[in-house]
Amino acid sequence: MFFANPFKLKKLGVLGMNKRNVYCIGEHNSRKQYPMVDNKLKTKVVAQEVNIAVPELLGTVRMQSDVRNIEKILEGLNGFVIKPAQGSGGKGILVIVDRKDNFFFKPSGEHVTFRDIRQHISNILSGLYSLGGKPDVAMIEQLVQFDPIFDKYSFEGVPDIRIILYKGFPAMAMLRCSTKESDGKANLHQGAVGVGIDMATGKALYAVQHNHPIDKHPDTGYDFSALQIPHWKEMLRLSARCYDMTHLGYLGVDIVLDKYLGPLILELNARPGLAIQIANKTGILTRFDMIDTTTLNKSVEERVAYSIKYFSGTNHDKTKTIK
Amino acid sequence: MISRKYHAIAAATIIASIGLFLLYYKVQILGMPFMPDETKPVYRIEAKITFEGKNKPVHVSLALPDVEEGIHIISEDASSSGYGFTKAKTSEGVRAEWAKRRVTGPQTLYYTFELILHDVSKVKNIEEKEHSSEESELLLDIPVGLQSAAKNLLKDVRWRSADPHSFTAQLIRDFSDKDPSQAVKILLAKSNISKQDMLYHMLRYEGLTVKKLNGLFLDDAHRNFHLIPLIEVLHKNKWQRYDLETGKIEKDKKFFVWRKGGHSIIDVTGAKNSKITFSVNKRHVPSRYLIDNKNIVKNSAILDFSLFTLPVSEQNAFRHMLLVPFGALMVVFLRVFIGIRTSGTFMPILIALAFMETTLVTGLIMFVLIVSIGLVIRSYLSTLNLLLVARISAVVIVVITIMSFMSILSFKLGIEEAMTITFFPMIILAWTIERMSILWEEEGAKEVFVQGGGSLFVAVCAYFVMSNPLIGHITFNFPEVLLILLGMIILMGRYSGYRLTELLRFKSFTD
Repeated sequence: MFFANPFKLKKLGVLGMNKRNVYCIGEHNSRKQYPMVDNKLKTKVVAQEVNIAVPELLGTVRMQSDVRNIEKILEGLNGFVIKPAQGSGGKGILVIVDRKDNFFFKPSGEHVTFRDIRQHISNILSGLYSLGGKPDVAMIEQLVQFDPIFDKYSFEGVPDIRIILYKGFPAMAMLRCSTKESDGKANLHQGAVGVGIDMATGKALYAVQHNHPIDKHPDTGYDFSALQIPHWKEMLRLSARCYDMTHLGYLGVDIVLDKYLGPLILELNARPGLAIQIANKTGILTRFDMIDTTTLNKSVEERVAYSIKYFSGTNHDKTKTIK
Repeated sequence: MISRKYHAIAAATIIASIGLFLLYYKVQILGMPFMPDETKPVYRIEAKITFEGKNKPVHVSLALPDVEEGIHIISEDASSSGYGFTKAKTSEGVRAEWAKRRVTGPQTLYYTFELILHDVSKVKNIEEKEHSSEESELLLDIPVGLQSAAKNLLKDVRWRSADPHSFTAQLIRDFSDKDPSQAVKILLAKSNISKQDMLYHMLRYEGLTVKKLNGLFLDDAHRNFHLIPLIEVLHKNKWQRYDLETGKIEKDKKFFVWRKGGHSIIDVTGAKNSKITFSVNKRHVPSRYLIDNKNIVKNSAILDFSLFTLPVSEQNAFRHMLLVPFGALMVVFLRVFIGIRTSGTFMPILIALAFMETTLVTGLIMFVLIVSIGLVIRSYLSTLNLLLVARISAVVIVVITIMSFMSILSFKLGIEEAMTITFFPMIILAWTIERMSILWEEEGAKEVFVQGGGSLFVAVCAYFVMSNPLIGHITFNFPEVLLILLGMIILMGRYSGYRLTELLRFKSFTD
């Protein structure tokens, strides 16, 4: 058989795109809250107000005429990230890891000049990367000093942890590791590896690339089974607090791990994708259904404890019997 | 969550049932046939007179056609609010006369006919009496200096022809030649009479019985054009019509004669910038309905409020517009049930509309060509560091350049199909190129082919639906099917099952 049996998928609780759009996003995410999530600048401001850890904002460029002053903003900075405030799908993010005089080095070792950076910012401002081509703002933020624990599992890029929250409960998580093929980006459809994470322990469960299971990172060759995410409980807590900040019932939280600062919220997503299910080899709807049956209005700690207790492993039948 | 679902289902059901009810009412009670083959073509000819009043009394007189045999006029209507209207028999035939005491600003008057054609076989050839009473032609209307040139040309043509028929055809060919002879050039350039008059006088001089006709071809839907001049020559007791450009007229082309002879078609006094244009449109009306059409329209508010009551040129615009919802239905279906990714949600519909004008294969080839050339040029533009708006504008200009270049090239090569390239919406093409080029840079060539191919696939599907003559017939005659479509689209919008592509994507779950 070429196709999966839809009834079997339904039984496994696999969430499809239409159901995500109609029920998860349509029913649980209020339009009013979108700007706070879609605009990374707003997210950052609100997150800082409630003491949620985020990478530090170094500066913003709001107008084309300010693009000339970029030398001033970048003075003395060796590593930074330039991103559009309203970008989507990781588009338009320029990562600079090192600098020698007027040459800036990308993680791949390629260098860019002030001219390239100005062009990039100018593109951001004119809305090239934003949804619908709206004029945008360029944010310059601190480069995250990645915890070396992930070095073995990432090629040239930013490994980040995606946690999906349903009504404030962390429901599923994955680690996204960039590969040579994904050009340092953590997007699964571009060839990054998705690693399903055990909600109780932060240990790797299962890894996929292009929807196919793999054991080792295709570029570094390290086995994923040894992977254990540090500060796991802290990350769950951080993500659950994002729900209290946004009140989005279906929310994706992207977390990075800084060597010195610990887990930081990189961005929030009001329309998180479905690939996380493949990386966990688990349908997410069964977990949503379980959350629907619990009493809501629990505190952050209670919600995290619930997820740790019930959402461990991939096997749903097991979790069901516990309940 | 559940209640919202039922709400949507209820709304969709109510909307669709209203549509179904109207459809049922029209088909069963009013007897409009659902299928197109039970119909007869009705031609609606509309003369539109526009002028600007000068704050003076205005008098407009329009020559009305003598109805030929084989044509049956089912309705006539002069739409002229505020004008006094009469039909007067004059020495020049029947004329429609409008008058108003004081007129300022731009004015529009309409005169419309609806007619049906009887079978051509039933039409007898009218035995025409020779017009012996007419004085012989002396080419007096042609300037004196040109008369000898005309006579020489006639002599020349006489050598190259055998009978009145071949003579006329040859003379017309000489006049419409792309590279006309010296004599024709002089005649056309120096005389100030029309080609029709020129041919008329020359053929008369040759001793033939000739008539001037002006009218319109019925079969193509046209908007805002002028009457087409023809020449009619008697040969072996049969009138033969000639097109002034191509010579002969194919027998099955239906021509409606608006005016015979030379008198003016429209006289406007007391106004300026007067202009007359014509529109023709053809629709299929059930034969039964034709019999007592007046009674039905009068008794049924639904039909009295239908698209048929609009002016013809607006009706033709709606013909296309009403097809768009079917394209949208296709887009929704392919997105929600199949999961095909496209570049731009409704871009495929616009491409499909263009395909309807260009035909499918030509359209596909041209689309792929324009987008590929555009992508190559766009990749150069991206090295120039342009701002977004400037870059898109540059791509628009590139697209227009490619389109005109391809038109010229194909015209020179004799591929006339490629001339229809102008039907492509250039702004949409420019955005497609821009989006695909960004996609190429960011996600690689594979994604470009996936989305580009997806868009084309959806466009082709939409094209097949929209170009289906049955669907065209139904949407135009029964616009209430739009309500049914609306209901269907609302229902599809609540579909929460898997997409076909997701069954592939989540295959690993069931392995």
